[in-house]
Amino acid sequence: MAEEFNHELLCVLSGFGGQGLLFAGKVLANTGLIDGRHVSWMPSYGPEMRGGTANCSVSLSDDAIGSPFITRPTALIAMNQPSVEKFAASVQAGGTIVIDTTLAMDGAAGVQLADDVKVIAFKATEMAEAAGLKGLANIICLGRLWAETHFCTREVLDAALAKCVPAKKQHLLEPNRKALQMGIDLAQ
Amino acid sequence: MADNTQAQERVLMKGNEVLAEAAMRAGCRFFFGYPITPQTELAAYMAKKLPLIGGTFLQAESEIAAINMVYGAAAAGARVMTSSSSPGVSLKGEGVSYMAGADVPGVIVNVERGGPGLGGIQPSQSDYFQATRALGHGDFYMPVLAPSTVQEMADLIYLAFDLADEYRTPAMILADGMIGQMMEPVTLPPERDPKTLPAKPWATSGHKGERAHNVVNSLYLSPEKLEQTNFERFERYAEIKEKHQRQELMFCDDAEIVVVAFGAASRIARTAVRDARAKGIKVGLLRPITLWPFPTKAIDQVIANGAKRFLSVELNMGQMVEDVRLAANGRAEVSFYGRTGGVLPTPEEVLVQIEKLAEDMERGE
Repeated sequence: MAEEFNHELLCVLSGFGGQGLLFAGKVLANTGLIDGRHVSWMPSYGPEMRGGTANCSVSLSDDAIGSPFITRPTALIAMNQPSVEKFAASVQAGGTIVIDTTLAMDGAAGVQLADDVKVIAFKATEMAEAAGLKGLANIICLGRLWAETHFCTREVLDAALAKCVPAKKQHLLEPNRKALQMGIDLAQ
Repeated sequence: MADNTQAQERVLMKGNEVLAEAAMRAGCRFFFGYPITPQTELAAYMAKKLPLIGGTFLQAESEIAAINMVYGAAAAGARVMTSSSSPGVSLKGEGVSYMAGADVPGVIVNVERGGPGLGGIQPSQSDYFQATRALGHGDFYMPVLAPSTVQEMADLIYLAFDLADEYRTPAMILADGMIGQMMEPVTLPPERDPKTLPAKPWATSGHKGERAHNVVNSLYLSPEKLEQTNFERFERYAEIKEKHQRQELMFCDDAEIVVVAFGAASRIARTAVRDARAKGIKVGLLRPITLWPFPTKAIDQVIANGAKRFLSVELNMGQMVEDVRLAANGRAEVSFYGRTGGVLPTPEEVLVQIEKLAEDMERGE
């Protein structure tokens, strides 16, 4: 594959509890593990999880990672409006924001963004449900982010996804794969 | 159980779970604890896995009960541990003091949260004083190890068990909610069969009619006898101070400003120091790995290398800064920056502090 390799991805994934952002973050983190890169996955925990935003910060880097809490992300996946409001303005110049506008209906409107930040907004949850992939909007968003930023090769991405679906839930692997492909296809 | 299982490939695990897994691999077969955020994954992992390898997991009725169970198992010669977070660790203070007084080894994990009181549940380093100045009454210390990565969670709890056994002392892992909750790749240490660990001839494990009774006790009613036991214990402390200071130095060879930070704060400081270097500031990072003994030799070394200012960065109102000041002993200026209550400074905030110090030095202040 001829994609340009991304040397550092600092990604915040944020939404309501139950939308699967921590899981999507684990898939992202596992790509770095497979690639032998430096990786950190830092979740929000405690009462923060029980309302507002459940989020995690995932850093993939070729250097040792400093703070695992990302204050200036290069990428953001936001699946509700509070997440857009909390994180969109902090995305670095040239960064990428993926917004699921099923719940975050206003998208990034009204947020002061850094220069050249690319906003990709689409109704991921609606799409997932229409395709019989209820609960997999997270993976659609991850696929779309990958198509934009190529944080790893496609082979590694597929392997990381397969690794994260637990042995007891193997029946969910195929739907997850479909959701990932759906997100990637959106870029075309 | 296989003895010299080779180190495994990298796996992605949470810091708290790694503490549990590495403790079992170090030969720990007894865990007594009580749940508290942000440490609970450790106990949950032990509950699931320890019985599978013939160990005992017990959720005690309180932290006080748990530490006394640790005392009992340790007296019988077991590798044993407990874990908690700040308010729960306070409750263990009496038991830890008894363990120190009775010279029994054991590992205590504190995954710190904000205080005082019940405080909050976000990461903090507010228990530095409590950990390094004796966790409990009496004249004692214990080795305190401060991991800053998930890999170090594994490496240092392994070391903590060995130090505890070698010097017959409780030993502490002082972590925080950040390192406990985060996932990073880790290479787990090899598994050790508890039967292959060095013998503990002092343990109350049954004399079988072949030797005199062993007694494990911390009560000495004769002041002279008690003083002698304390003298003997402090000889061991002197040896620990001499042999076991540990730290990591980054960019310290030509550093005029040295940031001192451990655990979570060192992660943030690392980014700030890197950014300051990129701006041409001669700054380094000294990261204590042992908080007790404090790495005084490393402080001497960076001063010899030309350090003129220290900046202690902590997740509290300024605790380790006192040890930095004692170690520098007037040879360099020492200042402090920290956030407290579970609030974390950003690398940018720390960078501003470094830049201010650099400007002051340029103006000759």
